This record gives sequence, structure tokens and C-alpha cells, in this order.
Amino acid sequence: MSDALLSSRVERAWQVLGTVLDPEVPVVSVCDLGIVRDVIESEDAGLTVVVTPTYSGCPATEVIEKSIVDALEAEGLGPVRIEMRRAPAWTTDWMSEAGRTKLRAYGIAPPGPVAAAAVAPLRFVRRASTVALACPRCESTNTERISAFGATACKALWRCRACGEPFEHFKPI
Amino acid sequence: MTQASIAVSPDASVQYLLRIGDTCLILAQRLAEWCGHAPVVEEDIALSNMALDLIGQARAVLTRAGQLEAERGGEHHDEDQLAFLRDERDFRNLTLVELPRGDFAVTMLRNFAVASFLELLWQRLESSSDSELAGIAGKAVKEARYHREHAADWVVRLGDGTTESAARMKAALDGLWPYVAEIFEADTVDELAAAARIGPRWADLRDEWRARFESVIGAASLTLPADRPFRSTGKSGRHSEHLGYILAEMQHLQRSFPGGVW
Repeated sequence: MSDALLSSRVERAWQVLGTVLDPEVPVVSVCDLGIVRDVIESEDAGLTVVVTPTYSGCPATEVIEKSIVDALEAEGLGPVRIEMRRAPAWTTDWMSEAGRTKLRAYGIAPPGPVAAAAVAPLRFVRRASTVALACPRCESTNTERISAFGATACKALWRCRACGEPFEHFKPI
Repeated sequence: MTQASIAVSPDASVQYLLRIGDTCLILAQRLAEWCGHAPVVEEDIALSNMALDLIGQARAVLTRAGQLEAERGGEHHDEDQLAFLRDERDFRNLTLVELPRGDFAVTMLRNFAVASFLELLWQRLESSSDSELAGIAGKAVKEARYHREHAADWVVRLGDGTTESAARMKAALDGLWPYVAEIFEADTVDELAAAARIGPRWADLRDEWRARFESVIGAASLTLPADRPFRSTGKSGRHSEHLGYILAEMQHLQRSFPGGVW
């Protein structure tokens, strides 16, 4: 196979991966999340997709792997192997701008830069936060954190004091 | 028919990993007991989330321990065999994490003690000579920080709170403190694993851990109890009376229905 064909197969795989959605937040793709680290054409004509886990105990990991294999094989790009790569550890800084926009539209406040969050105290009990997070509905920054842990490992619970609505925040990690 | 137990390699690096994996696994069982019972729904969710993080960490570390067994010439075991088919004496978790969950003060004080230790440990393990373990640590250290800060906030809130909450936090500290010493008790496994550059000697983390722990205890208007000669011995497989009950419940399905899957 020529280099041109090889690269086009990998390019097609990336396009398909852009349509594989996170099962818990079904508006962002695995590419938007930044968990697909590489797509490699192997010697034996198979595709290896290198993925990295978001959280150690994320129950969606196995579903995501299956969705990736199914989507690529349905497009005739198989056989597909998944390679789990832990290092470097996934960070929300790898999330695409498009992904952040989709999250906000879905009602989830996207993560800010990790560097700023790493030095700010998390403050679980006293709810005042040093991070001014904008409500994804009304854009007010008059918001408070209710809990640093939410319905999934990657999200925290917040509340907007301006519009009164609770909302989720994708934690910077 | 029931499933027979497996025997695990006595190799020091394998044993060192079992100490980490088992400590995460057993603490996760205790935290999961709060599901549906926490004082407020946010804490119910928080504790379940932390249990899930710990299970994930345990899975990764036990998987690596089983691979290492095979690499050192022993038999390979997967994460499920290690979790479900070992006898009580072959579990290497700290006795501290198998103690009953107690009230919310006990749970929070223990979480703070363990998470602040694990955070230090994961930080050091990021430069382990075992690249797989280093990768696991790079992920886990971020999670441990959340666990530690969550518990520290509660220790201060309860310790520096009402007469009732302060008395409960003091009782939790007095009750758990004797079990903390085990974390930093040096032994051959600690020495050999450090010599193989798998990870730090836990004993070497004592001073840094104690400084961090004591500053939060001070902010909670509490004082550290005096050190006593008592040493628990979970790390070497001699456990309290509580671990057997946890294992009976956790292992029951795989023991009664070998290889059963969902």
C-alpha cells in the first residue's frame, strides 16, 4: 500500500472517531475529549487506536473502547485494536475548543486551564470558590459550588445564584 | 462447588504492589458502604465517586502486580483472581482501612490520613523504575488530591465545629491514631522494593506526611495523641477481625460461582 493510501485510511479513521460520542456526555466526541492519542496503521493491515483513560475508575472506559472498535469496523476500517496508554496522564487541557463549546451548549460549564486550578484550594466545605465560573445558561459568574463530586467522576455540582439553576462543571484535572 | 484460593508470589516488588492495591481496594469497600447512607446527598455522591476512583486504582495496580508475578518467574494472576481468590492472610492492606466505617468523623479522618499518604506515595511513584506503575501513579495522584482536600475540609469543619462534632472528631482521632503508625513501619518488603527502585520506602514518607497531617489537625483545634508502642500488621497479612467479613461479602459470588460474569 502506498503512503498516500495509508495516510488516507488513518485520516478516515480520525473522521469516524470524531463521531464516536462519550456515553455519559453524548455531545462531545472521544476526539473532543482528547482521549484518542494516536491512530496507527499496523503491519498486519489492522488499525491500532491509542486511548488514555480519563479517571482510574471511570466506568465508561470499556463502553468507549467498544464504541470505537464498532464505529471503525462498521466503516470497513478494521480490524481494530485498542492500546491503553496511561502516560502522560490525561488532562482536560487536551479538550478541544469545539468540545468546550458543545459542553456549554449542553449545560455543562467547561473546564478552565489546569495550571490555575492546580494551585487554587478546592474548598469542599466552605462553598466560596476562588474560581469565577460562568453559568452555562445565563452566563452570570455569581455561582457557587455545591459539591466537587457529581453524577460522573469528571463533573462537579454547581449552582447559579443569578438564575437559580443548578448546573454541572467539567472539572479541570 | 467452590473456587479454591490462589497462592501469590512472595517477591518483594509484587508484595509492595499488593500493599498499594489492597489498601485502595479495601478502603473502597468501606466507602461504598456509605452509598445511600451519607448525611447529605452530595456526600453520598462524593463517597461513591471516591470509592470508584479507588477501585480503578486498585484494578490497575493489581493487574500490574499479577504481570510482575509472571515476569519474576511465577504464575500470572489477573486483577479478578487477585481480588476474589486470595485468602485473608494473603491480603496486604493496612489494617487502618479495614476497620469499620464508624460515624462520619471516623470515615473522614481515615480518608484524610490515607489520602494524604497515598498522594505522597503516588507523587514518588511517578518516577518508579516500573513505567506501567509510573503511568498509574500519574493518573492517581490527581484523584488523591481531591480525596485529601475533601477529607481535610471535613476534619476541620467537624473538629472546629459544635461540641458534639468536636467530641466525635477527637474520638475518631484517638481511635484511629494507633493504626496510623503501621503505614510507616519499615520492613524487608519496603527495603527491597525501594532497592529495586519500584517505589519509595514508606518509612521515608513519615515526616512529610506527619507535618501535613498535623497542620490540618491543628486547624481543626485538635492535638495529636501520644505515640504508643502498638503496631497493627495488615501489611504483612496479619489482620484485625474485620477483614474476613469484608472478604466474605466481596468474594462470595466468585467463590460460589467460579468465573461467573454479568
